[in-house]
Amino acid sequence: MREMSPLRNVRRWLDERFDWDDLVAPFRKKTVPLHRLSYWYFLGGITLFLFVIQVVTGILLLLYYRPGASEAFESVQYIMTQVQFGWLIRSIHSWSANLMIFTAFAHMFSVLFLKSYRKPRELTWVSGVILLFLVMGFGFSGYLLPWNTLAFFATKVGTEITGQVPIIGKPMMIFLRGGEEVTGATLTRFFGFHVAVLPGLATVLILLHVLLVQRLGISIPPKLEVQWTANPSAKREMKFFPNFMLREMMAWYVALGVLGALAAVFPWNLGVKADPFVSAPAGIKPEWYFLFMFQTLKLIPSKVWFIDGDVLGVLTFGLVGLLWLLLPFFESDQPSRTKGWITGFAVFALAYMAGMSVYGLLAK
Amino acid sequence: MAFLRNKLRPFSATHVGLAGFVVLAACVGYGQTTNSCLDCHSALPDPLGVSQEKFSQDIHAQKGLTCASCHGGDPTSDDPDKAMSRKAGWKGKIEHKQIPQLCGTCHSDPAYIRQFNPSLRTDQLDQYHTSVHGKRLAAGDTKVAVCTNCHSVHDIRAPSDPRSTVNPVNVANTCARCHADADYMKGYSIPTDQFAKYSTSVHHEALTVRGDLSAPTCTTCHGNHGAAPPGVDKVQNVCSNCHTFQAQMYEKSSHKKAFEAASLPGCVVCHSNHGISHPTDAKLGDGPEAVCMRCHAPGDRCDQARAEIQSSLSRLDEAIKGADRVLRVAESSGMEVSEARLGQDQARDSLTKARVTIHSFKRELVDQDIQAGLKIAAKNLQAGNEAMVERNHRRVGFGISLIAIGIVLAGLRLYIKKIES
Repeated sequence: MREMSPLRNVRRWLDERFDWDDLVAPFRKKTVPLHRLSYWYFLGGITLFLFVIQVVTGILLLLYYRPGASEAFESVQYIMTQVQFGWLIRSIHSWSANLMIFTAFAHMFSVLFLKSYRKPRELTWVSGVILLFLVMGFGFSGYLLPWNTLAFFATKVGTEITGQVPIIGKPMMIFLRGGEEVTGATLTRFFGFHVAVLPGLATVLILLHVLLVQRLGISIPPKLEVQWTANPSAKREMKFFPNFMLREMMAWYVALGVLGALAAVFPWNLGVKADPFVSAPAGIKPEWYFLFMFQTLKLIPSKVWFIDGDVLGVLTFGLVGLLWLLLPFFESDQPSRTKGWITGFAVFALAYMAGMSVYGLLAK
Repeated sequence: MAFLRNKLRPFSATHVGLAGFVVLAACVGYGQTTNSCLDCHSALPDPLGVSQEKFSQDIHAQKGLTCASCHGGDPTSDDPDKAMSRKAGWKGKIEHKQIPQLCGTCHSDPAYIRQFNPSLRTDQLDQYHTSVHGKRLAAGDTKVAVCTNCHSVHDIRAPSDPRSTVNPVNVANTCARCHADADYMKGYSIPTDQFAKYSTSVHHEALTVRGDLSAPTCTTCHGNHGAAPPGVDKVQNVCSNCHTFQAQMYEKSSHKKAFEAASLPGCVVCHSNHGISHPTDAKLGDGPEAVCMRCHAPGDRCDQARAEIQSSLSRLDEAIKGADRVLRVAESSGMEVSEARLGQDQARDSLTKARVTIHSFKRELVDQDIQAGLKIAAKNLQAGNEAMVERNHRRVGFGISLIAIGIVLAGLRLYIKKIES
């Protein structure tokens, strides 16, 4: 395709100063393996797209949002009712957050099942899992910001669970809450985490994650890799620019359509302003992505042997989280030796999370 | 050590044993003599039987009083003859007609009562003398209620105790023990269906179903110790204790004079007394529940006013319900209409106020409240309609953007095809 003359001039200008052609050369050479499971490669890009939407809508919400127990709810109400397209921005921000967490989980499990976490991509996995934890942190901190009843009590329960961690639990809980109880101080703190600390960390990690993907290339499922190594002529791939990128853009547009549909048909509810003096609504539950942990904690007996049930639950989730983060390092260099135990573990984890979430959703 | 041994020597084993025996005997003796009445009476059958368990529930026992406080005698003696000797002030069974006076001995003495409960009133006996019960007792009727008939005996509990026979939730049952017993009430020219009617009333529902302890029971309207019918011309004063605004309106109304002239009992004329049902707008109508038409003739000036007031109330009620319907749909569509929902409470307040103002029987006053309510309901309805229009705009906007997204997707697909062909 012929470039327009002004564009060509800009490019020449950049090339003369920064050696632009040399800079973008790796991207031109970059390819994406083509096989029947290639569509899983879109998930990372969709998650990134949703993150960008979060940043943009988040900045727009910041123009009107006021953190503080006496103003937060009213400011969100103002955004929803008075600000032009405020309802759309807030609904997209809320729905996009949920979709992003969903696609991040889906991306993680696709990486697990396609065995893309293996050497040399261990650090890509580690950075990705930390990003998932950060995204859940975004969800937890952002949920409180409208300062409605559900958010208030969900934060109360959530921070209480943090307080169960032995030794450091109580100081951690007080640090998160900004005191013994969930108050306006907690809201200000969560606002700080949500708009400054977490975005900063996430941006650094996303850059690292994407850089690692660029550096190490896109992984091929092991069986296919063996076949392609034995028979190089069977190898099929497409160019990242523009072929894959155009398809990725199609996926983004679909995601945008889904977001628009959710925001227009199911605008995100604001609820009732939080009142610390009323009792918690009956059957209060956290957001769906915390439900499997919440339901597990509910099912653990109050005492297991001599350990407090909640403490055991929190410690177990902490340990499993750590093992999950370090998962690639438990697999030997000889994949055959592992006999697919990690895949089995991933299947179990997925079934457990899905099962417990559904159980938690249906349980009274 | 030698010094200590010398000091202890006078307290030999014999001395210690003897002292122990004396203390033990004193303790046993003390136990026996504090209230020896119960030793026997706990083993006796009714009506003389009073168990230790029953008496321990009595507030008087809990405050340190014993059987002798009311019955006299010597509870420190194990000998029945001495314990129940007239010399020791034993009174035996207290006669029915003597009971108010006996209870009044302490309960009319502010200095004595103050020791136990400074806020407890001490005018019960004086009030009792003014009551129908008290007057009849003085006239020699021993069937009428005295203190123990309502408060029970030997297990009297504080009225605040839910198990007390005079706790607000139990008062009606306590009164009904006599007043709903047609055989017992034979000879008295009063009906015995008060309890049956009260059990169906809005007041009974408030007290027993909603658990509102401030809801009226028998004693709220009739008084307790000074229990008497309020009297035809005093009914309004009784009801106005709670229904203040209705009473104020009624006070200025033409009905007050008319009812007084006809010796009709105010509020009771329309609302009845014991079986007061939840007032509905149908009372203003001309159906079976209608009350106006019991006195007024169809088509007269008052009938027209009644019909207009009823129609205004219906109009406001419908307006509120209509706005509620639209706001509910808007809210379930995710629209933010909490302000209008809150505004609906104001409209409902206007309707309630209009229903109160009816007691003035003045159309123009009722209309003021109706108009205020209609204005609020119309504003809320408009907010609901605007939210629905906005919702539809959003959906149309979404449809248009979906078409745009579809066109871009098709364009991208075609472009990919083109560059890959």
